[in-house]
Amino acid sequence: MIVRAADRVVVQGMTGRQGSFWTEKMLAYGTRIVGGVNPKRAGDTHCGVPVFATVRAAARETGGIDASVMFIPPSAALSAAEDAIAAGVRLLVVLTEHIPAHDVMRMHALAAAAGCRIVGPNTAGLVTPGEAFVGIMPAFNPRVFRPGNIGVISRSGSLGTLVCLNLVDAGHGQSAFIGIGGDPMLGTTVTDALRALEADERTAAVVLVGEIGGTMEEAAADTLATMRKPVVSFIAGRASPPGKKMGHAGAIVMGSRGSYASKRRALESAGVRVVDTPAAIAGAL
Amino acid sequence: MDFEEAEAKELLRRAGIPVPPGELCRDAEAAAAAVSRLGRSAVKAQVPSGKRARAGGIRLVDSAEQAHAAAKAILGMEIAGHRVERLLVEKCADIAQELYAAVLTDVEARAPMVLFSSAGGMDIEEIAAQKPESMVRIPVDIARPPALSGKLDEDVAHLVSRLYSLYLQTDAELLEVNPLVRLKGGGLLALDCKLTIDDAALFRQSALAGRGAHEKLTGLERRARELGLKYIELPGTVGVLANGAGLTMTTMDVIEHCGGVPANFLEIGGEAYTKATDALWLVLANPRVKSVIVNFCGAFARTDVMAQGVVQAWETLRPSLPVFFSVHGTGEEEAVELIRQRLGMQPYDRMEDAVRAAVEAAK
Repeated sequence: MIVRAADRVVVQGMTGRQGSFWTEKMLAYGTRIVGGVNPKRAGDTHCGVPVFATVRAAARETGGIDASVMFIPPSAALSAAEDAIAAGVRLLVVLTEHIPAHDVMRMHALAAAAGCRIVGPNTAGLVTPGEAFVGIMPAFNPRVFRPGNIGVISRSGSLGTLVCLNLVDAGHGQSAFIGIGGDPMLGTTVTDALRALEADERTAAVVLVGEIGGTMEEAAADTLATMRKPVVSFIAGRASPPGKKMGHAGAIVMGSRGSYASKRRALESAGVRVVDTPAAIAGAL
Repeated sequence: MDFEEAEAKELLRRAGIPVPPGELCRDAEAAAAAVSRLGRSAVKAQVPSGKRARAGGIRLVDSAEQAHAAAKAILGMEIAGHRVERLLVEKCADIAQELYAAVLTDVEARAPMVLFSSAGGMDIEEIAAQKPESMVRIPVDIARPPALSGKLDEDVAHLVSRLYSLYLQTDAELLEVNPLVRLKGGGLLALDCKLTIDDAALFRQSALAGRGAHEKLTGLERRARELGLKYIELPGTVGVLANGAGLTMTTMDVIEHCGGVPANFLEIGGEAYTKATDALWLVLANPRVKSVIVNFCGAFARTDVMAQGVVQAWETLRPSLPVFFSVHGTGEEEAVELIRQRLGMQPYDRMEDAVRAAVEAAK
């Protein structure tokens, strides 16, 4: 889930307004986009790259694809994912928010059977500063991203952006940004992302940007306890009332499940330094 | 979206799952008439909450007179914040055993799960605590029909597979029958039912969408929903306008860290980033707000577009409250320039400084 300059990427929904805007940004940054997908525009060239009817067609005609990123509305997300998985992509970045949960479960079942890694849904994407980015992060803003040795994991795109900005402000840079998404059922969990950064040679330390809801941070405690690299964490939602969905479908405290206190306790007992504000992250590294 | 028992049972009935004979009533006279037809019955408050019995919202009656009195007592009650306006009057069953059956979305497993217990009638949390040995958990691969035979009695398995089909058809998060009862004369009957469907699937569940219970919202929260914005009213004095759920929660956290109390959660991230004008109007419509923090960190959302909305709204509404900006990320230069020129204000370099200033101004 660390995107590289050599990765061959397809953009599903490339010809739409947001698809076009971000495809141009990704291309300009150096992401190797080999095609776009829109069944109604097959054969066209858009943003300087060929448009195909399906990801399967793109894979056949371009000689193979590593990753696909979806700029697709919720109602069409499952069929778009089916297409990408059938095409054999090993990484599928699902930006879409509000996909029906039953479709998300079907997507995950298909991906698991095919050995495809889903990042998301409702992720802001992946950035490897100086190399490539896939998704909707301001990778091209040098105040937010620059090459370095901090691996950042974030459920939120906007908060992830703020944390990366603070890191650069303090003189750091990032080895990778892994946006895992704000949905309750994610293809890539905190644990998966931690393992990838622990194995990544360019990463010296990890910043984990969590949020209330679910049990992903708690479930990562065993992995965290055995990591060689230092981990600093900020968890959003301490001031949020229980029983309410705080914007993200996954950010809801039910009873004590998913609470700030439970996450902080789990992380601290695994040796993670948990800070009170995003501005304190850089100093704790 | 939650459903009242009577709505959920109508779906069960259509799915071929037996439910007791009953009538939906709006007043005591109708309840009395129903009991004179049905005989010994339960009079049950219709609210989308599981705590009805404990709140006195369910009574057993033997006669029309008792039904009338029970209905008078229950109608108008507040249960878990919902006013009781309807009653379900249902014929009592001859119960041999109370069971529990549910199909739910297991978020950790990213798959559906069937839950069954031979000890029904209590909350599932109570069953888990008191009779854990009675619980059967059956993980389901959503790509295949659930494999229930051998794990449940044949008649229960048959009923649960119908329940599972209904779970799929309705895009449910939770479809729970508790208690599911085995009758003295044989056969199964769904005595109570709870249904929650996925809000994200309402676009393809339009027939159900109109039958769900309305969530309890404040006036401003309802207005926000109409505008397509995520707004939650909170008790404090510092108004919050930010983009993205994570950044908005964090803004609230930093407000508390600096000794203030947020007045709302409001995010205009994702596709809502063009709605900054409506959003600012909402923040200012809360009379408790004494200062406002506008915190934008653009990734997908472009801060220049959001700032334009805020500036427009500010020039129209001309509020006398102090406002503090922190703007970073996509479109930052244009946004900062716009705020400087049109509002004569300088955004703070650090979010924490902007928040601290807003907290001080609200004191």
